[in-house]
Amino acid sequence: MSKTTMDHAEASVAFNKDESYVDWHDETLWFVRQKRDRSSKLLPEWEQLRNTASQIKDYVLSHMDELLLSFEQKAKENGVHVHWAYNAAEHNEIVLGLLNRNRITKMVKSKSMLTEECHMNEFLSQNGIEVIDTDLGERIVQLRQEPPSHIVLPAIHLKKKDIGDLFHEHLGTDAGATDPQYLAEAARQHLRDKFLTRRAALTGVNFAIADTGGFVVATNEGNADMGAHLADIHIASMGFEKIIPRQEHLGVFLRLLARSATGQPVTTYNSHFKKPRDGQEMHIIIVDNGRTAQLGREDFRNSLKCIRCGACMNTCPVYRRSGGHSYHNAVAGPIGSILAPNLDMTKNADLPFASTLCGSCSNVCPVKIDIHDQLYKWRQVLAKGGYVPKAKEAGIKAMSAVLSQPRFYQWSGKLGRSVMRIMPFMVNNQLNPWYKNREMPEPPKESFRDWYVNNRRK
Amino acid sequence: MGTREMMLEKIRQNKPAATQLPESWYFDSEYADTEAKFTETLQAIFTQVVVVKNGEELLEKATEMFGDVVNRASTVPALAGWADFSLQVADPHELELIEMAILEADFGVAENGAVWISDQYLTHRVLPFITQNLAFVIRRNAIVNNMHDAYLRLTDTTGWGCFIAGPSKTADIEQSLVIGAHGARSMVIFLLDS
Repeated sequence: MSKTTMDHAEASVAFNKDESYVDWHDETLWFVRQKRDRSSKLLPEWEQLRNTASQIKDYVLSHMDELLLSFEQKAKENGVHVHWAYNAAEHNEIVLGLLNRNRITKMVKSKSMLTEECHMNEFLSQNGIEVIDTDLGERIVQLRQEPPSHIVLPAIHLKKKDIGDLFHEHLGTDAGATDPQYLAEAARQHLRDKFLTRRAALTGVNFAIADTGGFVVATNEGNADMGAHLADIHIASMGFEKIIPRQEHLGVFLRLLARSATGQPVTTYNSHFKKPRDGQEMHIIIVDNGRTAQLGREDFRNSLKCIRCGACMNTCPVYRRSGGHSYHNAVAGPIGSILAPNLDMTKNADLPFASTLCGSCSNVCPVKIDIHDQLYKWRQVLAKGGYVPKAKEAGIKAMSAVLSQPRFYQWSGKLGRSVMRIMPFMVNNQLNPWYKNREMPEPPKESFRDWYVNNRRK
Repeated sequence: MGTREMMLEKIRQNKPAATQLPESWYFDSEYADTEAKFTETLQAIFTQVVVVKNGEELLEKATEMFGDVVNRASTVPALAGWADFSLQVADPHELELIEMAILEADFGVAENGAVWISDQYLTHRVLPFITQNLAFVIRRNAIVNNMHDAYLRLTDTTGWGCFIAGPSKTADIEQSLVIGAHGARSMVIFLLDS
């Protein structure tokens, strides 16, 4: 459902046309970030929890093959079918094959960013399968034929009026209705019918446990369980990095996940699936889709520690004022910007530049991923590889030429200050990208170097 | 080479040098009163806590609170007479009519108000989700401090289990909290003295 082909900067300009809307978006996400702060501060051991989670994930990255093999063996002993998919196409084919074999043409799905990454809904739809997203936010964006704009809050970019209009058109709610209680009730009725009539359910996986072969799915709405426990066949799709060594480690991760995501002490439902119920088929698809390549990139492999809480998005000043869709990737925001270039450097070269490198993302990350450092490092990789747009590359080259020659630097500084003083219109115009949304500063009369030369003897 | 072998081979080639697990992943939460903390947490997530002395008082309370509800189901022996909906159904879809379910569960967690329920306590996994309203009955002394304690206690080897903390909820419409998304619209926890 990818509509946008604009780069991040262009899409941000479009997002910023309505100032009051952008302010609302910004404040809504900041509110979620504040809830996270309050909730985390209730635990004196918060920083130790983050360290512990990070260390467990380091262990996971360095023992990935053994953990996956243990998980596979246990899962099989539990009566679960395990599939491996090297890329999105293989994943989608496996799902289609399972549905076809069971003669199923309609499926319910709970939240799974992996299936967004694989563009599974589009593929299944082209093959005659109807997929209904059952998370309320996901159902909303599905009805609007657009991707989620946030991994935890998929419809965070929409106002209740937008949702009221959408439900009036698709679910027959009263025209002009905007009461969230009323709209959510309509969605409950609409989706209950789907849960009761669908024979297949697909869920994501929050954590897969190597020592039990089980996996955990977290929701607030209860939609994963409603789907999975009523369906004849349950398919769970997971990126292979979702593995953790032991069930006890969930104590660490579940304490961090919801607090980081929404400020709740825990999500309402943390469902631990191990064996299919009598008469049910359970399948797990372990997906690579670029993850082995990322594991091999020393500077970027830490991105695979992500537990998908979305805290880095809620805190990011750029995300809050540009919206999730401007990142044109299944996972938006800071974490999306370090994951996406691994998938496609040409398409996603703009994303590591969609950041002020303020570091707030790294500060809130529950598994301590060095997100802002990676954003900075991706810029070097992308510029060296020739993926950066020509104008930006020319700017970087000119900057490099100026900065590497002291005399040239002094001369150009002087020239710049004179131009800004005498002919301010030369910089205060739309051709200068730095002029957008800001006034250029008053030029100082002299540079620091001139001041120092004049004053050092005094 | 098949997909599985190829993925494992690439992982072996690309994984970083081995690190160790941390020495400990257990943290203690020293609450002065674990039950008080559990009750306080549950109130914050829209769940009522009711303490009952024994099965008779549980029956009394259940009748008082949910006497006029039709389609009541329970897995608690003391409530066999209270229930008017049999859980002896072959197809879980039939449970769709249940208005109120009062279910035995294993234990609660004070820090987040979650209660552990599993195959051990249920004939149909969908029951705690499909019922319109839900109550759990746990022993008053079966409350642990935090999730680390919870996993130490969790020796459940059944095929499925779930931590459930409060009624189902969503905030997907402009961050307005709505109780009763797809699962239970309300939740009560009965703490049983004996």
